Amino acid sequence: MSVTAAADGIKEIGTPLSDGDVESLRAGDRVRITGVLYTARDAAHGRLLPLIEKGEKLPFDPRGQIIYYTGPSPARPGDVVGSIGPTTASRMDTFTPSLLGLGLKGTIGKGYRSQAVRDALRAYKGVYFGAIGGAGAVLSQFIKKLSIVAYEDLGTEAIRRLEVEGFPAIVVNDCHGGDLYQDGVKAYAREGA
Amino acid sequence: MRDVHVSAITDAVKKLCIEANLDLEPDMLRAFDGALRRERSPAGKQVLQILKQNAEMARTRRIPYCQDTGFVVCFVELGQDVHVTGGGLDDAINDGVRQGYREGYLRASIVRSPFDRVNTGDNTPAVIHVDVGPGATLRIMVMAKGGGCENRSKYKMLTPAEGVAGVKEWIIECVKTAGPDACPPLILGVGVGGTFEKSAILSKKALFRELGSPNPDPQLDALEKDLLDRANRLGIGPQGYGGDTTAFGIHILTYPCHITSLPVAVTIECHAHRHKEVTL
Repeated sequence: MSVTAAADGIKEIGTPLSDGDVESLRAGDRVRITGVLYTARDAAHGRLLPLIEKGEKLPFDPRGQIIYYTGPSPARPGDVVGSIGPTTASRMDTFTPSLLGLGLKGTIGKGYRSQAVRDALRAYKGVYFGAIGGAGAVLSQFIKKLSIVAYEDLGTEAIRRLEVEGFPAIVVNDCHGGDLYQDGVKAYAREGA
Repeated sequence: MRDVHVSAITDAVKKLCIEANLDLEPDMLRAFDGALRRERSPAGKQVLQILKQNAEMARTRRIPYCQDTGFVVCFVELGQDVHVTGGGLDDAINDGVRQGYREGYLRASIVRSPFDRVNTGDNTPAVIHVDVGPGATLRIMVMAKGGGCENRSKYKMLTPAEGVAGVKEWIIECVKTAGPDACPPLILGVGVGGTFEKSAILSKKALFRELGSPNPDPQLDALEKDLLDRANRLGIGPQGYGGDTTAFGIHILTYPCHITSLPVAVTIECHAHRHKEVTL
């Protein structure tokens, strides 16, 4: 198992993830991720899609992996990366089910996912994590190494391999149908809105 | 006439772009503290604390507050007794953006065409709005506008019969649909009246008012406070994780409009509300 509960109640996750790891996660769980994340957003997904459709090899093996939807700002000299918070996940919704079908286990972003993605999380045993949008300076501190895997011409939208230690996130959509956004509103909505 | 050389404009814009992205204005920092006192949700409180820490880290470590360092939206109030010398005003502003984004290690997020989507590499061009009025000064207001929240901005042409009640329902609907996608706590800039494009421009300009300051029009001030209270009852909370702080502020600007029309534009702004201004 690469999911363990730490003394502070936060779940420690190591990549790659197995079906069992994903099944142990529930919407609202706070996690710290250690291992590898791959970055990809709009333009990179646009290039992955034709490869998936033709059944060709992707620039990285998605099995057990986590994609982080982000386009970092440039690193200052001596830094690993610049600011690196999540972008809105729904723009990648059309691509996500087929990647989950290829064995991708997790995605990290912010905002709602489509019903099709949430269904695919259940069908393929996947998890959607939220990272704090707009906390790019803080999140940069958890990135220990960065290398470009593919599509360098896309600049900030290139696919990058990140080595992370204790990257903080929260489970938004689990593989059991749980949804933190729905639970949150239910818990805190008040009369008169 | 007073001469202002374009190099002074370029320098000013360059500094505004860099500082906006690294050093949040005091009104935002006060908003975090105010929300932390009221927020009931532990997850919401934790988000607000991390955002405060993020602001501090951006300022001290010179790492942008958000990796989306924005589309530069620039409002210029040009005194008609100012003579801009040495080149064009738009070019001077775009030179400032170019230099600021390169020297400040800020992300280039602009593509040259909505269709071929090739990145311009230096975050130019800016969106520039110029108002000419009396005086011999040049006021430059810069906002680094994030794309995620901008994508949730909306426009609706209401009928006059729908009135203020219709406007209120529409604004609350905009907060709901923005939800977690737009990085709450949000700030809403609202433009009511004018024409199609006038209301949209007002909705952007409304965001430059200091957060927490009253609307100078008492009726609009009451409307803003009512809407803010309603928005914060939705339960969306910081990052949409549930809570009482869905919005930090709702700022409304109005303009006369046609007897047939009631246009309402809502610019959705995230908590990374990066704005700076200078008067030359």
